[in-house]
Amino acid sequence: MSTPQTPPVPEASAGPPAPQAASAPASARDTALDPERIARIQEAAYRIRRNSLIQAEVQGQGYIGQALDIADVLAVLFTDQLRLDPLDPESEDRDRFQLSIGHYALALYAALTEAKFFPLEELETYATDDSRFPMSSMRTYTPGVEISGGSLGHGLGIANGVAMGLKRKGSDRFVYNLLSDGELGEGSTWEAAAVAGHHRLDNLIAIVDFNDQQADGKSTDMLSMEPVTDKFEAFGWIARRCDGNDVAAVLAALIELREIQGPRPRVLIADTRLGKGVDFLEDREKLHFMRVEKEEWARAHETLKQSHEALVASPQKDDAR
Amino acid sequence: MSTTTPKLTSGAMSVDIAKEGQRTVAAPLGHALLEAAREDERIVGLSADLAKYTDLHILRDAMPERFYQIGMAEQALLGAATGLAMEGFIPFASTYSVFATRRAYDFLCLDIAEADLNVNMVCALPGLTTGYGPSHQATEDVAILRGMPNLTIVDPCDAIDIQQAVPQLAASDGPTYMRLLRGKVPAVLDEYGYSFELGKATMIREGGDVLIISTGLMTERALEAAAQLEKDGVGVAVLHSPTLKPFDEESVVAALGKGRLVLTAENHSVVGGLFDAVARTLVGRGIGERVTPIGLPDAFLDAGALPTLEDRYGVSTAKIIERIRELL
Repeated sequence: MSTPQTPPVPEASAGPPAPQAASAPASARDTALDPERIARIQEAAYRIRRNSLIQAEVQGQGYIGQALDIADVLAVLFTDQLRLDPLDPESEDRDRFQLSIGHYALALYAALTEAKFFPLEELETYATDDSRFPMSSMRTYTPGVEISGGSLGHGLGIANGVAMGLKRKGSDRFVYNLLSDGELGEGSTWEAAAVAGHHRLDNLIAIVDFNDQQADGKSTDMLSMEPVTDKFEAFGWIARRCDGNDVAAVLAALIELREIQGPRPRVLIADTRLGKGVDFLEDREKLHFMRVEKEEWARAHETLKQSHEALVASPQKDDAR
Repeated sequence: MSTTTPKLTSGAMSVDIAKEGQRTVAAPLGHALLEAAREDERIVGLSADLAKYTDLHILRDAMPERFYQIGMAEQALLGAATGLAMEGFIPFASTYSVFATRRAYDFLCLDIAEADLNVNMVCALPGLTTGYGPSHQATEDVAILRGMPNLTIVDPCDAIDIQQAVPQLAASDGPTYMRLLRGKVPAVLDEYGYSFELGKATMIREGGDVLIISTGLMTERALEAAAQLEKDGVGVAVLHSPTLKPFDEESVVAALGKGRLVLTAENHSVVGGLFDAVARTLVGRGIGERVTPIGLPDAFLDAGALPTLEDRYGVSTAKIIERIRELL
């Protein structure tokens, strides 16, 4: 039996770089982020959740749990990390944020509204005829929506092309692609992950919303893709994982992934809690597509407000789980 | 000593379709794309491990910085082409027709066609151009794609069509799909003073007894059949319709109603391709005309040598002539 050979060192322009020792994941505790910055993003996250409830009430049902779980990540992105201009949604100088999970449309409209793309009143048109806010997000309907999501496993492949295009133009902007843990079951996601690693797309940051829930049950019971960070690293990515409902942790991770040097695409696995911020929804069964009764909406808003006030009152307390 | 003729063999998966001694152009797509890329810096090429078999290696070797090798990943190929088009580039993405249409359909449909992006797919081995069997024979690709909104579908006859189509596909705003002939590709239509115009069918030759409405490489065989039949005093007109969608209904209608025997000829299943496009044109306008389809059967084709299979399925020049004689 022959001795395994050391794989050849790839040329500068092709192939994933050889694995290097990854630096320890940054935590909010040791990066000393400005408490005011954290507090400001937490306020934005509260409003994004509130904006999501306003839209969901129009329908009485929908992907409410997901919108609530991803609000902290979207608040970090849309009020801190992304360079966007609401007056010029197609500005060449923008960061590209792509929602692969079109199901999360109401969360994206909530975040775009927080980022001043739309007036608050427009939220009430959600999913009504002729609205700019269709139930599944589509590029052709809504300013600021970069891709048509919904058919899962598409987003990351498109993000590759955009990242290639930005490099061709010499742009230093980033592509952010938000996908879900369920979407990791699609083979095309891994085709795209391999291409991003091979082409060294270091201007691509993927975020996986790991809420462990998909249509038929817990994602880890349907088709477990764990260990997810190991898989991405094996595909040539820099991977980090954190509590996706801890604003400070998400901010620290996304800052690190943007600034870290190395010719590799980057991914954040964000562990989130479905229905986060509205405790009676967090505990509701069959959370994937949730029905909320008419009389429950006022209670949902009130519960959200209370949990936010509790968070602000005790910022040191780790209330994520 | 045996006197039986040795059987023909299937040969390589991707063989030149040109006949011995025929005038050909080498890699017409590759050279036309390279020329277009030199004119327009937005043009880029991508392939899913089939650059060499779709003639994109011409662009790859001359302008490596304008080419992306995506690997054997057709969904990722179309995803990357989508993203590049969103950033203002004009991608030409290549693979075999079967992989683009059967395997990556959802990506072609939702990423490219729904967004109406200028992505151009150039896909080899259309219809019966390989004897390799159903895994590589795209006999129903046009049927799969005709229902896709926004998509332009082109089935070129020869090197002239391909060379002239490339800049027009790049210049048209929406997505396109071209059935590609590669390697040494016959040069046929320049003898007829023809030029390719996207969206248009062209009467290549006139004749009083028979009208063949044809597309793709079947136009060459229709012209050969017409030349043979002319010697017997049978006049055959050939209307070449390289653009299958949008379909040039006006040119078809203008050619009808002259008391001629009418046939369609396509390198595709008789279901969902040119014959159906002609049929819906006639029904929609209340034109009662019998049309006989020449094309591949609604079946998975046998593996084998191309000449054997072309005769077996009635799409060789000899079989076209035979069919017309039967019908006259």
